[in-house]
Amino acid sequence: MAYPENYRYTKEHEWIDAAGADGTIGITHYAQDSLGDIVFIDLPAVGASIKAGEIFGSVESVKAVSDLYAPVSGTVTAVNETLKDDPEQVNKDAHAAWMLKVKLANPAEVSGLLDAAGYEKYVSEETGS
Amino acid sequence: MSTPTTELRKTPLNGVHRALKAKMVDFGGWDMPVEYSGLIAEHMAVRTGVGLFDVSHMGDIQLRGPGALAGVQQLCMNDASKLAVGQAQYSAMLYPDGSFVDDVVVHKFSENDYLLVINAGTREKDVQWVRSQAAQMHSCHVSDYSDYYTQLAIQGPRAAETLAKLTNVDLSAIKNYWFKWGTVCGLPNTLIARTGYTGEDGFEIYVPSDVATSERVWNEVLEAGKEFGILPCGLGARNTLRLESAMALYGHEISETINVLEAGLGRYAKMDKGDFIGRDALAAVEAAGGAKRKLVGLEMVERGIGRDGYAVTTLEGAPLGSITSGSPAPFLKKNIALAYVPAEYAAVGTEVAVEVRGQRVKAVVVPTPFYKRSKPGKV
Repeated sequence: MAYPENYRYTKEHEWIDAAGADGTIGITHYAQDSLGDIVFIDLPAVGASIKAGEIFGSVESVKAVSDLYAPVSGTVTAVNETLKDDPEQVNKDAHAAWMLKVKLANPAEVSGLLDAAGYEKYVSEETGS
Repeated sequence: MSTPTTELRKTPLNGVHRALKAKMVDFGGWDMPVEYSGLIAEHMAVRTGVGLFDVSHMGDIQLRGPGALAGVQQLCMNDASKLAVGQAQYSAMLYPDGSFVDDVVVHKFSENDYLLVINAGTREKDVQWVRSQAAQMHSCHVSDYSDYYTQLAIQGPRAAETLAKLTNVDLSAIKNYWFKWGTVCGLPNTLIARTGYTGEDGFEIYVPSDVATSERVWNEVLEAGKEFGILPCGLGARNTLRLESAMALYGHEISETINVLEAGLGRYAKMDKGDFIGRDALAAVEAAGGAKRKLVGLEMVERGIGRDGYAVTTLEGAPLGSITSGSPAPFLKKNIALAYVPAEYAAVGTEVAVEVRGQRVKAVVVPTPFYKRSKPGKV
């Protein structure tokens, strides 16, 4: 699975597509594959604040529940409401099925995240494959 | 993920699972497939069509000799004297305190020959237990045949049609929890049991455990089931299927700290059959008015999924017990759980709360099994 070059990634398997102070956040292909069939995604409301490295929601599959960690700090400007009834979109295409849009408090935080090559290397080390 | 410190055990079908790109997990020391195409799809295949499971990690202990029945009767709580040759029964081996060594399926092969099918995670403990008890029994020979069989479970409403293509045995003549020997995939004298762990009609077959035979039979079953949409199914679907059917899983609903009456399995403990290990303890619990805590089915009323180990409380937050198994139920499309609660909270309709990640989520006690198949399977 190719990880988009223009995204940045966390070690907790979230991605952010950032342009200036605008960011779009989701989880990676690796994350959805590890979780399996996703049945429920708990996301903050528009207007909520998120803080880099802290939990902003959770995603539940049949097998497990996993916390979502904010790649950056900022304010939620939009939530992907279609995930409520159709969370399996994330299984089908994790890099397109976004969860939040945010206004970044500090766009410089993005440069501290992994790039696609770095993330791919991190995942391969974690799985030992 | 950490590197395993000890080598995981593999079934003869390990190469097949890897070739199918199954997600593998460490299950009781075994390298087992948790899912292939996806848990929900696999679960639904078993409820609506047919699924194939590798359950070769299960253990098989045979008791033979003139004292075999006496041995089984002493070791297991159900009454094996009621079994006809060719019949099986759900049972359990208990410790003297009435808790579980393991739950087992007892098969009567002949008057002096019984097979106990046991769990993977408890295999060594079970074999040791049976041997230690059998030391006090007369004329009862114990053999561990666990590694001799590749055990395949073919489960679902189309299981009989699938297996019928591969055998000369009239499957309609095998009733639920009975078995026969016959030719399967050209292998003579194969044990074919109408048993399973999915709440669905189905069969378990026991074939020689060499890799070539195991892989050939696996592939022939998949080919035979193709027209019914057969899917290879992993332990993930096996777990959600048995949970919908409210079947106990060792280490969850039953264990060394839970007794038979708490687990709601008293109907399988035949107190009038004569002595068996654990009987006195169960009789004492009964004399004291029954189990103080009980296993109940819960359905989440509010949004939230109760999972294994989550605390169950009153609506006000007073602790009651905990969930032993909890998950979204793929066929029922509800969030369900099994949990231990004090007996006074066990009545159907009782409202309780589940602590879901710091939040109290309302749930209600519901009848079990959560899912019951509508009609017995037929060929």
